[in-house]
Amino acid sequence: MNFSYDVIVIGAGHAGCEAAAASAHMGAKTLLITMDMNKFAQMSCNPAIGGIAKGQIVREIDALGGYTGIVTDRTAIQFRMLNRSKGPAMWSPRSQSDRMRFSEEWRNMLEQTDRVDFWQDTVRQLTVEAGKVTGVLTNMNVHFKANSVILTAGTFLNGLMHVGKTQMAGGRISEPASYGLTEQLRELGFTTDRMKTGTPVRIDGRSVHFEEMEEQQGENDFHKFSFLDYKPRPLTQRNCWICYTNETVHEILRNGLPDSPLYNGQIQSIGPRYCPSIETKIITFAEKTAHQLFLEPEGENTVEYYLNGFSSSLPLEIQLAALKTIPCFRDVRIFRPGYAIEYDFFDPTQLMHTLETKRIQNLFFAGQVNGTTGYEEAAGQGMIAGINAAIKCQGGEAFTLKRDEAYIGVLIDDLVTKGVDEPYRMFTSRAEHRILLRQDDADMRLTEKAYAMGLATQERYDLMKSKRERINHLIDFCTNYSIKAKYINPALEQLGTAPLKQGVRLIDLLARPQLTFENLKPHIQALAVELDSIQDRKEEIMEAAEIKIKYQGYIEREKGIAEKISRLDNIRIAGKFDYNSIQSLSIEARQKLTRINPETIGQASRIPGISPNDINTLLILMGR
Amino acid sequence: MNKETICAIATAPGAGAIAVIRLSGAQAFPIADQLFRPAGKDKSLITQESHTALFGRIVEKETIVDEVVATLFRNPHSFTGEDVVEFSCHGSTYIQQKIIRLLLEAGCRMAEPGEFTRRAFANGKMDLAQAEAVADLIASTSAANHRLAMQQMRGGVSKELGRLRADLLHFVSLIELELDFSEEEVEFADRKALLERSVNLEKSLRKLTDSFRLGNAIKNGIPVAIVGETNAGKSTLLNRLLNEEKAIVSNIHGTTRDVIEDTTHIGGFTFRFIDTAGIRETQDQIEQLGIERTYQKIEQASIVLWLIDATCVNEHIEWMANRIVPRTQDKTLMVLFNKMDKISKDEQKVLDQLFLPYSKHRLHISAKQNQNLDVLRALLLERAGLPDLHRQDVVITNLRHYEALSAALEAIQRVHQGLLDQQSGEFLSQDLRECIHYLGQITGTITTDEVLGNIFQHFCIGK
Repeated sequence: MNFSYDVIVIGAGHAGCEAAAASAHMGAKTLLITMDMNKFAQMSCNPAIGGIAKGQIVREIDALGGYTGIVTDRTAIQFRMLNRSKGPAMWSPRSQSDRMRFSEEWRNMLEQTDRVDFWQDTVRQLTVEAGKVTGVLTNMNVHFKANSVILTAGTFLNGLMHVGKTQMAGGRISEPASYGLTEQLRELGFTTDRMKTGTPVRIDGRSVHFEEMEEQQGENDFHKFSFLDYKPRPLTQRNCWICYTNETVHEILRNGLPDSPLYNGQIQSIGPRYCPSIETKIITFAEKTAHQLFLEPEGENTVEYYLNGFSSSLPLEIQLAALKTIPCFRDVRIFRPGYAIEYDFFDPTQLMHTLETKRIQNLFFAGQVNGTTGYEEAAGQGMIAGINAAIKCQGGEAFTLKRDEAYIGVLIDDLVTKGVDEPYRMFTSRAEHRILLRQDDADMRLTEKAYAMGLATQERYDLMKSKRERINHLIDFCTNYSIKAKYINPALEQLGTAPLKQGVRLIDLLARPQLTFENLKPHIQALAVELDSIQDRKEEIMEAAEIKIKYQGYIEREKGIAEKISRLDNIRIAGKFDYNSIQSLSIEARQKLTRINPETIGQASRIPGISPNDINTLLILMGR
Repeated sequence: MNKETICAIATAPGAGAIAVIRLSGAQAFPIADQLFRPAGKDKSLITQESHTALFGRIVEKETIVDEVVATLFRNPHSFTGEDVVEFSCHGSTYIQQKIIRLLLEAGCRMAEPGEFTRRAFANGKMDLAQAEAVADLIASTSAANHRLAMQQMRGGVSKELGRLRADLLHFVSLIELELDFSEEEVEFADRKALLERSVNLEKSLRKLTDSFRLGNAIKNGIPVAIVGETNAGKSTLLNRLLNEEKAIVSNIHGTTRDVIEDTTHIGGFTFRFIDTAGIRETQDQIEQLGIERTYQKIEQASIVLWLIDATCVNEHIEWMANRIVPRTQDKTLMVLFNKMDKISKDEQKVLDQLFLPYSKHRLHISAKQNQNLDVLRALLLERAGLPDLHRQDVVITNLRHYEALSAALEAIQRVHQGLLDQQSGEFLSQDLRECIHYLGQITGTITTDEVLGNIFQHFCIGK
């Protein structure tokens, strides 16, 4: 038994698990400390992974060699590609997962990962010497030494749950909270505040009238989360169910408001605006007479269901009474009510892009402690913190992602530059170059980088390379293959697009919205031969090539814009200015620049309250 | 507040009845107090309340320099947002210079051009559009110009841009809504509604960019080129219109080899007259260069005055017409027959008929005798084609604004086309973001947090 590690990860949620895996893959001796070894990567809220923008993050994590995508694919009980009616940059994979199998699979994978050790305990204190973290002290009075420490405590720091007037200390239902760390960090000078989030009621499926609900089925094509593991989904696929609230429901909820912790002053912290409780929805949008609810299965076999859209911290009897007035829930039995939870987070502008704290060396924060929400956002941060914590032990250049490289890059840059004033969730609109951040090419964007660090396996790298070669081969074929008008015109008319006057290259034909590889294949013999020569991942390769052909103009333009902007991101300014002495900056700009200490002009320009004039001033002072 | 206190003469240079000298900065009161002796024994400039005037004397070592009125503005309630003192002194150049010298000795620094305005801008007393308008106001020379600058300074443009920005914010929100929240149970704007919004944005932007033509005319003057054969009397006409001897007037052909420009005001608007080298066939290379320059000036002018010596009209006219008329297709060409006093009424009529095919604006004048020049001025004002400027009209005069607005307009036109082409939202958004980028250069950009905030405020998001 060894009590000294390269990297210690505190907490085994989505951030902690990815951090431990990444750190170990990078070659660091890693210890993962968790209160409960049966709750690895627990889905505290919705039993689903992905969704718009979040799905892209999971693809990126996978491309970097993380585990979330693989675990999701292996435990999926419903898969859908959202936003199919939009362009390919908007396509977002989403999956319902079997909650217990998800956790189990994560544990299996970590147990099979070299250099990861486990310890079941609660960390109560960090040991810090001369501004550098040196290890942790646990409730069982064990002292572990480490070169780097990653804090991924989720909602557990001083966690306090609310159901009506009932308050329970804890980090998640039936799990204790963690005390001492916030207090110590505050003493060390960290700024901390409280946030709030909530989760809905869990329902006993045996009491639900499914026949009165709308069915929502999954899809079963080739799409999935991981770029590895080309197998059909192992678990039986299940449906989700849709129903609606009504005015009687709203009336009952409204009568319960005096007992609502959100409205009687019991909860003061800020919750996410995009994920409001049902009581917030009926108040903010009082004119809406019905709200949509999704009943989502928690597993392949279980009768437990999650009622998406009915998050609440109203008293149990109000939640129950309201539910019973929805026809399909007239006989409802529940396993537990919805609840709200308040927890500590640390202002993320106290972090660098590596997620190391500016104040204490070798200490990293990742996940919900940084004021984010979502498994995917947490896991993405976990990867970056894990990678950099390991680099801190071995030496080498820090690893960060830019805003035009990955949603993970957007996420972290937003956090450390702007801070948060509500739980931060990723949206595609937060990315200025979302056309470049597609789910289909996360491997093309990131796998090479990960492979160079030893993070992505040889297998993953070879798969990416062969896919890229095959895509290029197909595009070359389309560029070099020309078609005579008289030969293809009958097919074009049949497919509802204008006939040709003279021959064109196949690639120009494919740029037409009505035409695809699939519908041209029967009409062009050589194309059929070319497509049939693709052995593995045929659909994936066809789709990727088609996106590159059809959207080339947009992609090139976005690249041009990104390049222009990235010039500002290449001008380093960290440590070059005493902002307080620059008279020509506004007072607000001086204060903010001093506090955030941006690394580049680009980052400075994204700090809220920094105007283009302030940026021009800095550029002038740098002689540009 | 800026530690360096600056001073400058705030009134127009030269002697007048009264001049104003302004000080601004942290030391404005102590410095002013060193030279100022209030008339009332119990009064003091240091303790005086803001926005009050104090009568007294400027002294140099107990010798009286001038009797002045000192007006005080305490920060932040002043033009610059700093402590400000304004001395109204007698307007002789000597007194002005003397007081400035005393102030410099007492610790002031001479203000750089526009520095008071820059400080006002830096202290948040005005936005960029307003600050630029102040510069225009100082330079304004005509009534219309002045009105425009006042209206900009009071925030007219800023207000209009603010409205435009709000419209754009809502438009972007609708596009982002269907991208990021397509799974939500909210009502998405249909394409027709989006199209309508894009058309409205396009209209507002176009109105502003179009106003630049007017704004530019008001600010820089409406360009009027005077062309004609050598010795037709162009320089005499110019001097008449400007009431001064600018061009070299002689009866030697080709005296004006260079282009001479100056401005004058007619009916409250500025006109910029451009005298040009005479057009004739010549072997003289320098003169040929001058003629080329004349053609360029015709290109730049809105109105072209073709001056003809009525006493010697010959077949050469057609050669001239072939050079002038094609170059004035999109502008007003006026034919002026000079030296009307030297020919008969009947001859005037014949000439008039002869030039009918070239222009519908024809007028007999005598530059030398000052005949019909008022009619010419009225005609110029009419043909300037400027819409009446109402007090509420927002007019863009700043080139930086114009360029940003034009780029924003182009971007929104692409959005419009994209909507017609059934493009998906993320591609429309590419152009919308460009539009925001350009508009943001003058209004402050729209952040994604603002877009999301707008969405959460107006739509019930969250399952």
